[in-house]
Amino acid sequence: MPEKQSTLLGASEAPPSVSEWRRFRRVFFQRKLVIFGLVILALLVFTAIFAPWLAPHDPYRGKMSDSLSPPCKKYILGTDIQGRDTLSRLIYGSRTALMVGFLSVGIAALVGASLGLVAGYFGGITNMIIMRAMDALMGFPMLLLALLLASVLGSGIQNVIIALSFATLPGYARFMHGLTLSVRENDYILAEKAMGSSHARTIFKHVLPNASPPMIVLVTLMLGNLILAESGLSFLGIGIKPPGAAWGSMVADGYQYLLMNPVLSFAPGLAIMLVVFAFNMVGDGLRDALDPRLRGLL
Amino acid sequence: MSTLLEVKNLATQFHTEGGIVKAVDGISFHIDEQEIVGLVGESGCGKSVSQLSVMQLIASPGKIVGGEVIFEGQNLLQYEPNGPEMRSIRGAKIAMIFQEPMTSLNPVLTIGRQLTETLELHLKMDKESARKRAIELLGMVGIPDAENRIDDYPHQFSGGMRQRVMIAMGISCNPKILIADEPTTALDVTTQAQLLELMKDMVERFHASLIIVTHNLGVVARYAKRIYIMYAGRIVESGSTKDIFANPRHPYTVGLLKCIPRLDEEKGRKLVPIEGLPPNLINMRPTCAFYPRCAEGSERCSKEPWPPLTHIGNQHYVGCFLNDKEKKSELST
Amino acid sequence: MTTYIIRRLLMAVVILFIVTLIVFFAMRLLPGDPLIIFLGQQAGSGTTITEKELEVLRHEYGLDRPIVIQYVNWLTGIFQGNLGTSIHYHEKVSKLMLERFPVTLQLGLVAYVIGNSLGILLGLLAAIRRGTWIDTVTTAFANIGITIPVFWLGLLLMYAFGLKLGWLPIAGFTSPFENLWLSLKQMVMPCICLSITGLAFIARQTRSSMLEVIKQDYIRTAWSKGLKERVIIMRHALKNSLIPVITLLGIGIGIVFGGSVLVETVFAIPGVGRLLVTSVFAQDYVVVQSGTLVISTIIILANLIVDISYGWLDPRIRYG
Repeated sequence: MPEKQSTLLGASEAPPSVSEWRRFRRVFFQRKLVIFGLVILALLVFTAIFAPWLAPHDPYRGKMSDSLSPPCKKYILGTDIQGRDTLSRLIYGSRTALMVGFLSVGIAALVGASLGLVAGYFGGITNMIIMRAMDALMGFPMLLLALLLASVLGSGIQNVIIALSFATLPGYARFMHGLTLSVRENDYILAEKAMGSSHARTIFKHVLPNASPPMIVLVTLMLGNLILAESGLSFLGIGIKPPGAAWGSMVADGYQYLLMNPVLSFAPGLAIMLVVFAFNMVGDGLRDALDPRLRGLL
Repeated sequence: MSTLLEVKNLATQFHTEGGIVKAVDGISFHIDEQEIVGLVGESGCGKSVSQLSVMQLIASPGKIVGGEVIFEGQNLLQYEPNGPEMRSIRGAKIAMIFQEPMTSLNPVLTIGRQLTETLELHLKMDKESARKRAIELLGMVGIPDAENRIDDYPHQFSGGMRQRVMIAMGISCNPKILIADEPTTALDVTTQAQLLELMKDMVERFHASLIIVTHNLGVVARYAKRIYIMYAGRIVESGSTKDIFANPRHPYTVGLLKCIPRLDEEKGRKLVPIEGLPPNLINMRPTCAFYPRCAEGSERCSKEPWPPLTHIGNQHYVGCFLNDKEKKSELST
Repeated sequence: MTTYIIRRLLMAVVILFIVTLIVFFAMRLLPGDPLIIFLGQQAGSGTTITEKELEVLRHEYGLDRPIVIQYVNWLTGIFQGNLGTSIHYHEKVSKLMLERFPVTLQLGLVAYVIGNSLGILLGLLAAIRRGTWIDTVTTAFANIGITIPVFWLGLLLMYAFGLKLGWLPIAGFTSPFENLWLSLKQMVMPCICLSITGLAFIARQTRSSMLEVIKQDYIRTAWSKGLKERVIIMRHALKNSLIPVITLLGIGIGIVFGGSVLVETVFAIPGVGRLLVTSVFAQDYVVVQSGTLVISTIIILANLIVDISYGWLDPRIRYG
C-alpha cells in the first residue's frame, strides 16, 4: 500500500463524531424550502417592525377620490373603497398577524404546558380533572370556540387572542403531560426523591430540558395555525376593529369588489398563505433537525 | 450429499451519509442438503445482511454489488429482487426466521392468517385445507390448544411462543433451506434451548437444511455440523464444528471461544472478553480489520492486505498470517 | 372489547359534561349581563327599564337563582329538546337548527368523505412510489392545502369558475330534491373548500405513517414469504398505517365544522355556520350557545366512534 502509508492503529477508528450543533445546522439548512421559509419570516418581522417607514401611504386614511383605484404607479396594489392603499394596509397587517400569533402562542404554551406538567406530575384527581377538561376543549373547533367567546366578550383583537389561546391549550397540555409522565417513571427521579429533592427542582432539572426541543417545534408549527385561524376570524369580522388592518378582513373588504379589483382580495390572501407556509416549513425543518423521532408526532 | 446452496464472493454495501459501508465484503459459503451450518460473529459483522442478500431482501440504501448465489443450479442474483422468480423461492424453497419475535409478526393479523397466506400462495391450498394445515403445523411446533389459538393475535403470545409460530411459518411450505437469523437471542436461556431443539427436529422431519446465524458460538456447538466465523464483513475461519472448537486457528475465533461459559471447567476461570469494539465498517482499510484488537498481530498485519482464506486441512480454512507463518516454518524445516 | 367500549363511553360522558359546563359558564361568568343584552335586543334602543322591572324579569327567567340551579335547569331543558328561544330570530333555536343543519350536514358529509378517501389514496400512492412525480405532486399539494386560507380559496374559485369562466354558480344553496343539477353545481366549490384542509392533513399523515410501516420487521417477514408487493401493501401495511390516520379522521370532523363557518359565509349558504356568525353579530347568545353545544356534541360522539374503530383496526387495543 504505497499511497496509503499511514498505518497507525486506525483501521477501525470511528469517524469523527459530528457535534449536535453541526448536525442541526446541516439538516436544517439542507432543504431549500426551509431557507425559503426563513427568508419569508425574516421579511415579515422586518416589515412589521419598520412598517411606518416602509408603507408608502397612510394605511388608515385614504383619498375618496382615489377609491378603488386599480394597481398603478401611485398605488402598486390599488386602493380599496375608501381609497386606502392596499400595499400600506398589507404592510401594517403584518403587525396584526405577528402580534396575534405570538401573543396567543405565548399564552397558550405557558398555560397549557404548566397544566400538563401539573397534571402529569401530581397525577390522581388533579390529572383527571385537567386532562378531561383539555379533552373537552378539543371538542370545539378552534373557530367555534372563538365565535362563542366573541359573542360574549364582543369582538376585538384581545378577545381573539384569548379565544385562540384557549382553543390551543390542549395541544401543549397533552404534550407536556405525556412527557412528564415518562420522565416521572424514570428511576433517577425516584432516586432523587428518595434523597429529598423538591418537586420543583426535579421538574426544572429533568422535565424542562427534555421538553424544550419539541416545544420549539410545536410552537413554530402552531404559529402558522394561529395566523391562519386569526385570518379566518378577521375575515368574519371578529378581531381588529376598523380602520385597523388585518389580512383576513382585507380579503373580506375586497370580496364585494372581486370583479372590479380582484387584487384587493388576492394580495392579502397570498400574504397569509406565504406566512403560514413559511412557519410550517421552518417548523418541519426544526423538527427534523432537532429530533427526527418527532416526525409523525408533531 | 450434494451442495444445495453455494454463495460465491457475495458483496453487499450500504451507501450512507458517512460513506460506503461494506457490510458484506466478498464472502463465500455453502450448505449441503439436510445439513445444519452455523454462521457466527458479533453484531454488525454482516452476518444477517449476508443472509438477507441470499433472499435479495436488502432494502435501500443497501445494494448487492457482486457475487453469485447458486441455488439449484440457478444464480438467484440474476433475478429481479421482487420479481416472480425470486418470489417463488422466498418462503417456498428458502424460508427465514427473524431475530425479533416481537416485531417480526404482523400485529394486526391473526397468526392463522399469517400462516395460511403462504400455504395458499405456494402450495395452492384452499382456505379450509390451509387452515387445517396451519393448525397441524402449530401443533407440531408445540403450541398447545392450536385449534383455538390460531385465531389469536401475536400480542397474545409470549416471545417463545411467537418464535414457535415463526418456525411453523418458516417450515410450512417444506422449504429446502431454513435460515434462522439470531432466532433465540431475544429469549431466555431455557426457551433458547427448547427452540433450538425444536428447529433441529423440524428440519430433520422436513428434510431441510438449516443455517443458524448467531453471535453465540455456544448456541451452534450442539447442532451445527460446520461453522463459519465472520468478522467485519468477511469470513475469517470456517471448518467442522469439531475442528473449530478443538483447534481454533484465528485469534478472533479463539477470543469468541474464551467468551463461552463452560460447565466442564474448573471453578474460577474467568470469561475473557475480546478487548475493544467491532470496527466501524465505513471506509475500511484493506488491511485485516481484526488487527487493532488482536493480541498476536504483527507488523505484517498492519501493512499487507487482508489475508485470504487458506486451507489448512480437513476442510478447515482460516484467514490469518499466523497460520501462514506456521506453514512457512513447517515448510522450511 | 366491551370493557374498552364502556371505558370510552364513560369518558365521552365526562367530556360532554365538561363541555356543557364550559358552554354554560362561558356565557354566565364573562362580563355582560345576558339579560341586559336580551332586553336591549327586545326593546331596541332608547327604552328604559326600571330596576324593579329588571328584578321581575330576572326572576321570570330564573336568573336570580344560584348559578348551579340555573345550570341544572338549563341542562334539563336541553335534555327535553329545549334549546331556548332566539333573541334575534324570535324563534325556537331547535327549529332554527333543524332548518339549517341538513344543509351543513350535506355539504360537510360530502366534503368529509371525498377529502378522507382522496387523502388516504394520495398518501398511499406517494409513499409507495416515493420519490416519483406522484410523491412530489402530493407533497406539494398537501403543503398548499394545509396553508391556504379556505375562505380565500373560496374567493379564488369563485373568481375563476364563477365570475370569469361562468362554469359554476357563484353562490347559494339548492336542495338536491328541488333541482339536482343546480344543487350539484352549487356544491362543487364549497365542497372543495371544506375538504381541502382535511385532505391535505390526511394525505401527509398517511404518507408518513405508511413510510414508517414499510420499514417494520413484519413487512420484511412478509417479503421473505414471497408475497407480491400489492398483497404486502394491502394486507400487511395498510391496516397498520391507518392506525395513526384514524385520529385525524376525528379531528377532521372539527375541521369541516370549523370550515363551514367560513365557507357558508363566502358562498352565502344557509347552514349552521352562517347562523352562528349572524348570531354572533346580533349578540344572540342563546343561538351561539346551543349551536356550539350541538356541534361539539357531534364532534365528541364522532371521536367516540373513532376511538372504538381503533379497536377494530388494532387487536392490541381490542383485547388490551
